[in-house]
Amino acid sequence: MPFERVSRRRVLQGTATVAFAGALPTRAMAKDTVVGFIYVGSRDDYGYNQAHAQGAAALKKLTGIKVVEEEKVPETNAVEKTMESMINLDGATLIFPTSFGYYSPQMIRMATKYPKLRFEHCGGLWTDKDPKNAGSYFGYIDEAQHVSGIVAGYTTKTGKLGFVAAKPIPQVLRNINAFTMGAKLANPNVALQVIFTGDWSMPVKEAEATNSLIDQGADIITCHVDGPKTVVENASRRGAMVCGYHVNQATLAPKAYLTGAEWNWESLYPRFVKMFTAGETIPNFYRGGLKEGLVKVSPYGSLVSEAARKHADDIKAKLTAGSYVIFKGPIIDNKGKTVIAPGVARGQTDPELEKMDYLVSGVVGATS
Amino acid sequence: MKAEKQPSSSAARAALDRLGDAAEYVIIPASALVGSLVLFGIFVALFNNNPLDLYFYMYQGAFGTWFSWQNTLTRSAPLILTALCTALPAQLGMVIIGGEGALLVGALAATAAALAMPSAPPFVVQIAMALAGFASGGLWIALAGGLRHYRGVNETISSLLLVYIALAILNQLVEGPMRDPTSLNKPSTREIGAANMIGTIPGTDIHWGFAFGIVAAALAYVLIYHTVFGFAARIAGGNVRAAKVVGLSVGPLILVTCFLAGGAAGLAGMVEVAAVQGRTNANLAVGYGFTGILVSFLARHNPLALIPVAILVGGIGASGGLLQRRLGLPDASVFVLQGIIFVTVLMSETLYGRFRLLARKAA
Repeated sequence: MPFERVSRRRVLQGTATVAFAGALPTRAMAKDTVVGFIYVGSRDDYGYNQAHAQGAAALKKLTGIKVVEEEKVPETNAVEKTMESMINLDGATLIFPTSFGYYSPQMIRMATKYPKLRFEHCGGLWTDKDPKNAGSYFGYIDEAQHVSGIVAGYTTKTGKLGFVAAKPIPQVLRNINAFTMGAKLANPNVALQVIFTGDWSMPVKEAEATNSLIDQGADIITCHVDGPKTVVENASRRGAMVCGYHVNQATLAPKAYLTGAEWNWESLYPRFVKMFTAGETIPNFYRGGLKEGLVKVSPYGSLVSEAARKHADDIKAKLTAGSYVIFKGPIIDNKGKTVIAPGVARGQTDPELEKMDYLVSGVVGATS
Repeated sequence: MKAEKQPSSSAARAALDRLGDAAEYVIIPASALVGSLVLFGIFVALFNNNPLDLYFYMYQGAFGTWFSWQNTLTRSAPLILTALCTALPAQLGMVIIGGEGALLVGALAATAAALAMPSAPPFVVQIAMALAGFASGGLWIALAGGLRHYRGVNETISSLLLVYIALAILNQLVEGPMRDPTSLNKPSTREIGAANMIGTIPGTDIHWGFAFGIVAAALAYVLIYHTVFGFAARIAGGNVRAAKVVGLSVGPLILVTCFLAGGAAGLAGMVEVAAVQGRTNANLAVGYGFTGILVSFLARHNPLALIPVAILVGGIGASGGLLQRRLGLPDASVFVLQGIIFVTVLMSETLYGRFRLLARKAA
């Protein structure tokens, strides 16, 4: 590593401040495309961040690609500095800031400042007003939740399901509703109790919520929090079954794990990076579900019956073919109000779904 | 002759003593710092990393380039202000650890002030934001001071608990009355508007919070060491009863000091809104207030020493990313280093007065 040795000596001479250009080992040595990944939590959280880290790991197998990663970066200007550090010190030309709170103003500011580099954000809503070298992508994971819900509806013995959720925001409500509607396909009388913990990562509250749901008779627990580890482990310890979220948590609860809704970033990221290195333009606004391979359903556990598998696979096949709409009227919320009128089918791209503020009938709980 | 020389030689001795004292205040913390870096190097070597690589990347990430310097200074900006929240009451012998709460309240008030005056010229809005941030943060910590003075409530506990109350209020307002209806998946207030942002120091991308911090620290230094108020505060900090006996009104001293301290942290909240986020949401609660406690203790609560210590802590934060990316160290390694530094510096406090080499020679 001659470059490093030279630069270290320069440091000792105290001239490194000005002589930095020559001291960039990565940029100077390789013509690799450097791709940066930024995570808000730790990359082995069995959840949201691990899903992205698995996607990044898929890139490491490609030749000519170098991946740099940074975890636990807060959603402040610290993420701007991380992006700039990856650009200036690592030579990154494509950056994935993967947390929702990184989009505006931080990533937009960096995309404006570095117009030749590419920024791809998970979850943001890119519009025409945003820089052209920025983009946003996200998956319709409610499709996988719907299939997971079918499995839960067949498997529950008490007819009661439990859902540990972070915040009553549209994304989360959509998952709760899709899961509940899936369960009701299997068992129309099923009830799902939801508890909101108030934040994305609150292990103590998540454990309390899990216990309280089981105490109230729920025998299958699922969740939408950043790291489902606490929920999955607690539920299986209490003898309940679980449906996972974000990544496959079967290793945490081999027996109790029924199935789960997973991200499939290891399918998307290599596609994006190949477009990038080939000089093609990555779409500025990209969304997709099972059909586009952005989400997937975990393999079924041993407790899942044949009938459940058949029904779930059937709906999964229809969703993959694009011939099935989850949010199809009439849909009544849990206060008795019709939220989607009979005959109205809200497909995945319908902007109304992005504003969801209700819980469908069958859910026990309130959004505020 | 002798009689004549006596005073001058004792003056020289006093001067040398002072020099020796001053040297102590530099040499001891500096050795503690070097010692903790060595310890951290050993820790990293245990995970099969070359400590020399570690030091090189730490230097490169924190101070090695102009970009790294800006990264470091930007990170240190909020820390100087939040550290004052602990350093000022410390002169009175109080341990306030609730800077985070004052920061959140200050951010909320600053945002509310900006949103309340949509058509005012930016300069007026910015002044109003700063005043609102300062006053609300100040009142927040003055509350802890008042509880201590009038009701005998331990100010450390109460200021910490006030952090959680501040956070709850912030979440309630941001997800309720102050929520921007278009902030669907990230509940936030409406934006204060690009025109009202205070921007960066020209020629850099360091925001003005850094300059505010330096000015505030300098003012605090003058206040503590060169005014009657500061002298009285230090007397009361030394011995409350003695202060009362000589007729100092301790209550106002506590309230005003706590107000100024909280005001500094509230100003940090205002800067986070006006220079970084442009609105208030849960992103603001990232622990600047808690890191400020560390900075204040490392600086021995000396307002001027807060500046280099904040830059050092900012630099550790700035280099943390590079350690993750180049050496594959987990994010927590930065906290390990911070912890080692904290413990080493606190332990080194016992060394003061033991190595009066300069003074001894003079005698």
